[in-house]
Amino acid sequence: MGLFRSQLYVPCKGPGMLQNCAYMNADAVILDLEDSIAQGEKDAARILCKYALQNVDFQGVGRIVRVNGQDTEFYADDLEMIIPCCPDAIRLPKVEDADGAREVDERITAIEKKAGIPVGTVKVHAMLETAKGVLNAREVANAAPGRVTAISLGGQDLAADMGIMRTLEGTELLFGRSFVVLAARDARIMAFDTPFTDLDNTQGLRDETKFVIQLGFSGKAAIHPSQCKVINDAFAPDLKTLKKAITVVHAAREAAARGIGVISVNGKMVDKPVVEQAEAVVARANADNMPEVEDL
Amino acid sequence: MSKMIANALGRLVPTEVEGLGEFAPFTGAFDRLRGDYSYARAATRRTVPACQRDKVTKSIREAIERSGLKDGMTISFHHHMRNGDGVLPLVMREIQAMGIKDLTLAPSSLTDAHDCVADMIEAGVVTGICSSGMRGRIGQAVSEGKLARPALIYSHGGRARAIEEGRIHIDVAFLGAPTCDKYGNFTGSTGPSACGSLGYAMMDAKYASHVVAVTDNLVDYPLMPRISIPEQQVDQVLLVDSIGDPRKIASGTVRYTRDPVQLRQAWLAFELIKASGYLAPGLSYQAGAGGASLAVTGFLKDYMLEKGIKGSFGVGGISGHTVDMLEHGLFDAVLDVQSFDAAVTGSLHNNPRHIEIDASGYANPFAGSCAVNHLDVVVLAALDVDVDFNVNVMTGLDGVLRGASGGHSDTAAGAKLSVVLCPCQRTRVPAIRDHVQTVVTPGETVDAIVTERGICINPRNEELLRAAQAAKLPVLDIHKLKNDIEAMTGKPEPVPFDESKVVAVVEYRDGTLIDSIYKVK
Repeated sequence: MGLFRSQLYVPCKGPGMLQNCAYMNADAVILDLEDSIAQGEKDAARILCKYALQNVDFQGVGRIVRVNGQDTEFYADDLEMIIPCCPDAIRLPKVEDADGAREVDERITAIEKKAGIPVGTVKVHAMLETAKGVLNAREVANAAPGRVTAISLGGQDLAADMGIMRTLEGTELLFGRSFVVLAARDARIMAFDTPFTDLDNTQGLRDETKFVIQLGFSGKAAIHPSQCKVINDAFAPDLKTLKKAITVVHAAREAAARGIGVISVNGKMVDKPVVEQAEAVVARANADNMPEVEDL
Repeated sequence: MSKMIANALGRLVPTEVEGLGEFAPFTGAFDRLRGDYSYARAATRRTVPACQRDKVTKSIREAIERSGLKDGMTISFHHHMRNGDGVLPLVMREIQAMGIKDLTLAPSSLTDAHDCVADMIEAGVVTGICSSGMRGRIGQAVSEGKLARPALIYSHGGRARAIEEGRIHIDVAFLGAPTCDKYGNFTGSTGPSACGSLGYAMMDAKYASHVVAVTDNLVDYPLMPRISIPEQQVDQVLLVDSIGDPRKIASGTVRYTRDPVQLRQAWLAFELIKASGYLAPGLSYQAGAGGASLAVTGFLKDYMLEKGIKGSFGVGGISGHTVDMLEHGLFDAVLDVQSFDAAVTGSLHNNPRHIEIDASGYANPFAGSCAVNHLDVVVLAALDVDVDFNVNVMTGLDGVLRGASGGHSDTAAGAKLSVVLCPCQRTRVPAIRDHVQTVVTPGETVDAIVTERGICINPRNEELLRAAQAAKLPVLDIHKLKNDIEAMTGKPEPVPFDESKVVAVVEYRDGTLIDSIYKVK
């Protein structure tokens, strides 16, 4: 599974943007069939999305398709057409409970079988966008193991559902974010954060991203390519942390090669969770072309 | 039509152009710059004005009559007022009304404000054009073969050279003068129609047989504190109600682009500049006025501020963003031959480190030296490019003239690192070709072509290739990139030209012909 730090929304409106998905600094793109597509254009968008998945070289950039919600007339057609194209994941809006998660799992399983695709190929990222959905985060996260690999918080819709205004500081979303990320970690799946909507406020985006990383989120949606690098950079470890992580990873590999179970770095015992964390840090750095060990 | 011969790029060019004389074919970007090329400056005649004469007139007709303008002469204007210029239409309409014909128009460039020239081509008032840019109705008319003699496209440095060499002699120059005193001292840095630097017009003022300063802002003598063009070079002052539309002359500072494709190109270009090693203390820099080029300047500025890197000077067409870098202390000075926006005008007037230079000092390849030769880095745009790194900025996908040579070839040749930004395709037509439609800048002077998909590095510059690879930049082979794009778009049919009729020739900065432009069918 690749990284999902920055996830760029790309409306399925025209081939212009779709052909450039690989070049926008995003770890993954969310090809959108939902909110950015007018009601009368849903069929065209779906077909365009299919052709993009079939023909565009995404060069390893993750391919997520946001389909229309389960309560819409487009939902079934979206899945029927998109699942056989094997995107990495479907992003499903407004999931509210375990039933919703199970329903999409069953539906996708059926389509995968029909299309001769191994069951479980296409993952689901469930969007929690209502008070009910957020409160049911734990059951959604655990409803379809192996299928639902992430839950995400939809800040705009949640604010609307609660009748509140969003602020730059995001205090109003703090509980929701914390709860979603805890539920995700509990289920050993990923948690993704809602987009930062002020395109002119780069510092605000940077601060918010660092904050949600601190909470435990694995990625954040972007609504403009210029946001992707800011998000990726926020995820990148600082050089001191990276140096330390590289030392730990090297020591662990060396120990494994020599068949030693327990290792020590700089005289300190290092156990498995520390090694795992260090590996995650190095993986994130590699994704950003950070300096090689020798350069540090 | 004269004989056509192949130049060093394999392009057929005429050996003689009607009204402009003989031309040598392009033989290489630096062939005339080895220290052994010389020329004899053509002698020109100038009438000494009567002493004590009042230089100011309010009558356009009187000014034209006094200038001695006759059929068959060459006249010039400057394009510093860009799309807001009112001088050329005002003067040309009067010239047409007076029945003067068969003129060669040799302005520094032609903009959207000059569409009326198309009518004068049809009427036989204008039968020859020498210009950096040609677009809109003029470009269409010339491409359709309506101009009696082939047009000449020159670069900004090439024009300065041609004027100094005497290859082009201007009989009467009508120069927009945003603030002017009654004896003809004038500047572009103040006044209701302020346009900033008058760098291109300085050439006309020095070398034309007769110079008319056209102003709507007459001030007491002597003009203070800045004089761009001095009274001794000015024969007459023509006072009119308005020389242009200030809103179109001085647009606000162009915002950085939001276009993701352009931003991607700009980011890669910035990374390449960083990898090249030139992004270091003392950097000298120029960028074009396009959205992607300006975005590179933005990335550069942020990086230099963050790392505390101080450059030496910015050159060119100066945008508000270059001025911003000057004001942040990132440059010691900017050398301004042409100002792009309103922010620049104030800076030129108030900041002694913002220096107005003429076109010869900017880019004349035959000058003692010129600013573009001292550039470390230039960032340029392209309409399309080819696998030999040749660049077209002149003709559109339909073969019609719709661009400007500008300082493109001058800066590419002068700068140590020339980076050309180009999208992979425009409206589903690939922008990387086997052979670019019109060569304006030869590939030997282009170090890298940056697209949204990656960076193509000219194999001539092995050092840059190694640096880009070491920096893990997405370096692409230009042939492969071309094929990848064509796999999506298909290969476009060649534009159907009438190759029996040359409608314009593209002059390289050294005076040789680099390409011909044919009549569209």
